[in-house]
Amino acid sequence: MMRLVFALFLLLAAGLPARAQDAFTAALPGIGTSFNATAAAVDALGVAGDPRALPLLQALSENRLLRRADGTLLVQTPDGARDIPGGAAADPAGAETVRLNNRVRVALRVALGRLQIIADDPEVRLAAVQGVLRSRSAADLPILETALARESVPRIRAQIELALAASRLAADNADVKRAAIAALAANGSDTARSILLESRGANPALSDEITAAVAAIDRLLALRRAGETLFQGLSLGSVLLLAALGLAVTFGVMGVINMAHGEFVMLGAYTTFLVQQACRDIPWLLPWSLPLSVPAAFLVAAAVGAIMERGLIRHLYGRPLETLLMTFGVGMMIQQAVRIVFGAQNREVLSPPWMQGTLELPLGIMVTQNRLWIIVFGIAVLLLVMAAIRYTRFGLEMRAVVQNRRIAATMGIRTGRVDALTFAFGSGIAGMAGVALSQIDNVSPNLGTGYIVDSFMVVVFGGVGSLAGTLVGAFSLGIVNKVLEPYAGAVLAKVAVLVGIMLFIQRRPKGLFALKGRAADQ
Amino acid sequence: MAEAAPPVRRPFALAALVGALLLLALLPVLNGLPEAHALHVSDFIVSIVGKWICYAILALAIDIAWGYAGILSLGHGAFFALGGYAMGMHLMRRIGDRGVYGHPVLPDFMVFLGYPELPWYWLGFDNFGFAMAMALLVPGALGGVVGWLAFRSRITGVYFSIITQAMTYALMLAFFRNDMGFGGNNGFTDFKDLLGVPLNTATARAGLFYAALVSLALCLLICAYVVKSKLGRVLVAVRDAESRVRFLGYNVTSYKLFVFVLSAMISGLAGALYVPLVGIINPGEFSPGNSIEAVIWVAVGGRGTLGGALLGAFSVNGVKTWLTSFAPDIWPFVLGGLFVAVTLFLPKGLVGLLRKRGS
Amino acid sequence: MSGNSLYLDGVSVVFDGFRALNNLSLIVEPGEMRAVIGPNGAGKTTMMDVITGKTRPTAGTVRFGDHDLTRMDEASIANLGIGRKFQKPTVFDALTVFENLELALKAPRGTLAALHWRLGTEAREKIGETLSEIGLTARAQDLAGILSHGQRQWLEIGMLLMQDPQLLLVDEPVAGMTDQETEHTAALLRRIAGTRSVVVVEHDLEFVRALGRKVTVLHEGTVLSEGPIDQVQADPRVIEVYLGR
Repeated sequence: MMRLVFALFLLLAAGLPARAQDAFTAALPGIGTSFNATAAAVDALGVAGDPRALPLLQALSENRLLRRADGTLLVQTPDGARDIPGGAAADPAGAETVRLNNRVRVALRVALGRLQIIADDPEVRLAAVQGVLRSRSAADLPILETALARESVPRIRAQIELALAASRLAADNADVKRAAIAALAANGSDTARSILLESRGANPALSDEITAAVAAIDRLLALRRAGETLFQGLSLGSVLLLAALGLAVTFGVMGVINMAHGEFVMLGAYTTFLVQQACRDIPWLLPWSLPLSVPAAFLVAAAVGAIMERGLIRHLYGRPLETLLMTFGVGMMIQQAVRIVFGAQNREVLSPPWMQGTLELPLGIMVTQNRLWIIVFGIAVLLLVMAAIRYTRFGLEMRAVVQNRRIAATMGIRTGRVDALTFAFGSGIAGMAGVALSQIDNVSPNLGTGYIVDSFMVVVFGGVGSLAGTLVGAFSLGIVNKVLEPYAGAVLAKVAVLVGIMLFIQRRPKGLFALKGRAADQ
Repeated sequence: MAEAAPPVRRPFALAALVGALLLLALLPVLNGLPEAHALHVSDFIVSIVGKWICYAILALAIDIAWGYAGILSLGHGAFFALGGYAMGMHLMRRIGDRGVYGHPVLPDFMVFLGYPELPWYWLGFDNFGFAMAMALLVPGALGGVVGWLAFRSRITGVYFSIITQAMTYALMLAFFRNDMGFGGNNGFTDFKDLLGVPLNTATARAGLFYAALVSLALCLLICAYVVKSKLGRVLVAVRDAESRVRFLGYNVTSYKLFVFVLSAMISGLAGALYVPLVGIINPGEFSPGNSIEAVIWVAVGGRGTLGGALLGAFSVNGVKTWLTSFAPDIWPFVLGGLFVAVTLFLPKGLVGLLRKRGS
Repeated sequence: MSGNSLYLDGVSVVFDGFRALNNLSLIVEPGEMRAVIGPNGAGKTTMMDVITGKTRPTAGTVRFGDHDLTRMDEASIANLGIGRKFQKPTVFDALTVFENLELALKAPRGTLAALHWRLGTEAREKIGETLSEIGLTARAQDLAGILSHGQRQWLEIGMLLMQDPQLLLVDEPVAGMTDQETEHTAALLRRIAGTRSVVVVEHDLEFVRALGRKVTVLHEGTVLSEGPIDQVQADPRVIEVYLGR
């Protein structure tokens, strides 16, 4: 009790504006006499901006405000009733609850909003600004100005500025209104747009300015939407790219059709899970478990790939349909083995802190960090693969074997070893894709099944044997998918893309980046 | 003196085939015996063998396309499922006002989803003949369009396989949607009767069993006629050297299209027979895994021989039923192992093995 | 003389900037037998591909009588009466020798026609004749897949006979053959030629000499020289191309 009194004393000593103090005490007697008087008093308390008004109004809104016959007020608290404004313990006997009607409730909502705008908790402030924004009126201007002066959180400042402009639009001065319109146009949000549209009726004289401002916002919104669609498309495209890159090596370069490709991706995702489990007991290592998973997943998938190539696939070279069936069977067994070892339920792979959260790009485009990282990762892996093929000894031998196996063999290249390494390389890339997918998809034994059809489509669409085609194919399919989605829904967009590819290969059976000439004939 | 080749007859194989079909025909009769009788066959056996007969029809369809013409479709499950859906639509219409909501026309799921009236593409399915025709024509038309697009631009081999897999995958996604008007992921079930016979009775079971068996025999005759004709020889030639056939003046596209559409229609028939037997159809039937599993039946039995397709369908599904009854976790390993074993060690399947023993 | 003449004018084929054929012009009269020779990469096979519809020319005219071959597919061109024998013998391994000839036999090529096709006495006799002509009567019921290399070549020539073409394109018919087989093949070709036009592509100059007809020399996709074998062999440009510069 003493503490409260002391606090009040301090506040007084700090020199609250006398006007506010007066307004606070002046408004009190009105409360509880009639609904209209209560509402007027609530309005006055809200405008006054006195911090003492906040608990009072909250009590009123929660039916905890009592009034004695003599007009003095009490607040019910969990530990008994308290006097207003003194705060002394009081006997609630004989006091009646101050009743509310809708008009009072509306007034309360606005007033509380105005007061909360200067509260200590930033979340409360943000909610309050948004409340004021909904009820905007010229009367809010002083409060918003005060709030803006005190506010330091950028996110809340932006909202206050928006509310300020909205409230200024309701002011009487035409110049203030013009400035407000310009501010709203610059804000460029959906809210700003609807505020402008709403105000058009009340401001016939400014309708040209408002229309121009709305058009400016529309342009900005269209750009932002396009930007967001583009990002989502790039994000999907990077996932497709990662899933298809390994296939572009095994199918595109070697001509081996590997239906177990999706299972290599899945193995990569489970490797990520295992590395995370291993890092769990070493706190400083935990945020880095994901980067550590990349080489681990590569090695695991590559090892399985190498075993599969030497043990099975090499016996079926030149028989693509048999290879397809055989690898499907192997995929089935890998999937079942993982199901037995890890169980059928999803395994959780956590995102490290540096991949969480969202990022705001210019134009107000919001992107999630993990999607952004996957795009970067996808392109990095592509560059790595290109560099490996272009600049390493292994890449040279691989290209030699692809172009002319017999000559390559006579040059002393061990073609069998190159086949195994190439297949392991493609499988390892699939494993790395699994690391990325563990961040955005459920890590379950059938993780890979969902990607196999899409990956083949990317490779076929882009042109078999062309990494550039895989890149362009993946990103264009991703973007087309996301562009269609708002019109057709996710599933039909996917169906439309599949149908589109089938029609596309009518025109260009060899894909986007086709190898031409005699070499491509056979 | 050059004489026409007397077609290589295998009287033993033919007799075995006819004998097997006749033995199968006995099953419903034995089912009618009192349970205590030594030769009594349970309801379960009758319906599961009925299911296998439908699979065998599907296997025949895959074999005439893959085994003879070299067209490996990984999307035949889609034709099977479409035939099944056509029959399912008829069965749904037959429910009438006996559904949970008691609506006289609309199936339960449409009432639940708030359909004001029957969508136009459901009209006519109350008629059995129309539904059966659709079970053949819709898969045939889809096969026709996909085949025409693909064969015309000379998409062959694994490319065609991938395209057909994408086709069934796309259809699966589409059929999972509620607003397609095909019951979303639940599909159709709770069927009541077919042609006035309540399902789930001994009469219906026997009737459906014989319908499937007669259809199998008919499809076998049709396929045999096709593959023994000159058209069948052209298809084999296309399989082994497609461009050479073109230079002989044959329009390869139309030959492939013929066999592919025929194959799609037979698959549709199999699906239409299958749905009343199992009492349910849902989008899971479109899953790419189903199609590829059907391909392996043919590979195991021996592609390029009609008997091989039948042998494969019965033997693989027999093992599957037996094994999944006590060790379901093992089955994917066995099936996966079959894929590997057949492609690596038994390219001609069980039939090839039998022939080697025989000669 | 009945039949159509083959007419190529200004034909070019470009693959990725590489000119496989470069402004090639050639006329083969009805009933003429023409040998086409040239070093590797001279465009001989590409020329065959263009005539049979396998490859579309980038520029130029290809006509057979009144028919514009650049607008037709392989099957229609074959049905005009242009037969082709590939460098690598391509027969249908899974069919018997008899069935291979049956498929090649001139008969309606439609799908339904094939479904209802019955082998008549006349067709049977025709196949019989061809079998004896190519010396494979005894092997009629064997699968083509088990024939020797030379026998496959003859079977393929037999298939061409069954097609009864007006124009025959023969790509390196004696590659990989023994001397005896080569001789037999040359005789066979001369006999076939009779009333038909034949274009033979060959490396083997002795074989071309044995044929004893007009010769066209291709080099870098264009006609280098044309005339009787002796004249062509004396042409300094031909000598330069064959013996190096």
